[in-house]
Amino acid sequence: MDEVRMIEVKEEILADNIQVAAGVRARLQNTKTMLVNLMSSPGSGKTSLILQTIANLKDSVRLGVIEADIESKVDAEKVAARGIQAVQLRTGGFCHLDATMVTQGIDALPVDDLDCVIIENVGNLVCPAEFDTGAHKNVMILSVPEGDDKPLKYPLMFSICDLLLINKMDYLSLSDFDLSALRKRVMVLNPGIVILEVSCKTGAGIENWVNWLSAQIETFKGLK
Amino acid sequence: MHELPVTESILKIVLKHALMNNVKRVTAVYLQIGKLSDLEDEWIQRYFDYLSKDTVAQGAKLVIERMPIMVQCSGCSTSYEAEAAKLGDLVCPDCGEKEGTLISGREYYIKDMEVQ
Repeated sequence: MDEVRMIEVKEEILADNIQVAAGVRARLQNTKTMLVNLMSSPGSGKTSLILQTIANLKDSVRLGVIEADIESKVDAEKVAARGIQAVQLRTGGFCHLDATMVTQGIDALPVDDLDCVIIENVGNLVCPAEFDTGAHKNVMILSVPEGDDKPLKYPLMFSICDLLLINKMDYLSLSDFDLSALRKRVMVLNPGIVILEVSCKTGAGIENWVNWLSAQIETFKGLK
Repeated sequence: MHELPVTESILKIVLKHALMNNVKRVTAVYLQIGKLSDLEDEWIQRYFDYLSKDTVAQGAKLVIERMPIMVQCSGCSTSYEAEAAKLGDLVCPDCGEKEGTLISGREYYIKDMEVQ
């Protein structure tokens, strides 16, 4: 019988993905293309937000979109119909995008000529939070009908985002969604997060979102 | 839900270290995973058993240490443990302050492994 011994490993489980993600970030730093990872539950308004963003920034920002969807091409077609470069990644049943999948999306886009690429991640508040996509900014949407308790159920997601958009604000008066309770729950997880209230449907607050995004792109492009 | 790709990464790292250390058999792998992660221990082991067939890690037991969610009090800077579901209703055990900042609970780490 061979002697039992212990070996020190001391490695991050997702080291491979972290490394690929760092490569994506560095590559897009060189082309001055800011990568934004947009995450939310299904039906919170990711595609609607992207369409609003295109409508508002089309003339000032060269945008590209990477769409992740389990099987369909619906979202990419909607984006492409507005004259924006879009790539559809079929995740084939995967619940999230990882940095290697994002690399395929980047390869298919003319990133040299783009200021910003938005990833529409798979609709899911669990798995995308664990996998660094290589994005420079992580943005999530929580819509009012989902409820103000989501930070308690999916704390990791709220802890990794730079910006939280509360969408479907037009439903607020019909719901018992408590904005101050939500803010308090989110701030414990992530004191640096910016929270903006929007309605993709009525357009209310969208200006604040596009101003935030434009300012981030400007700062990013100014970095060496 | 994403236990499979995570387990693939665990196995890859385990096999790399097994090869570097000329190991005949891996009997246990010690992991540290933060309580903020939604990974299910049982599924990680199941996927690991499936993926590790015919490797030196076949039959290895995954021992998962769940790392606590720690919050630092905004009032007196004391660190204390919090449950994920109660992050909205924090009360510092020392001074009663209700504001705090998350300082750990997101670990995703392979500490060491037991081998022959």
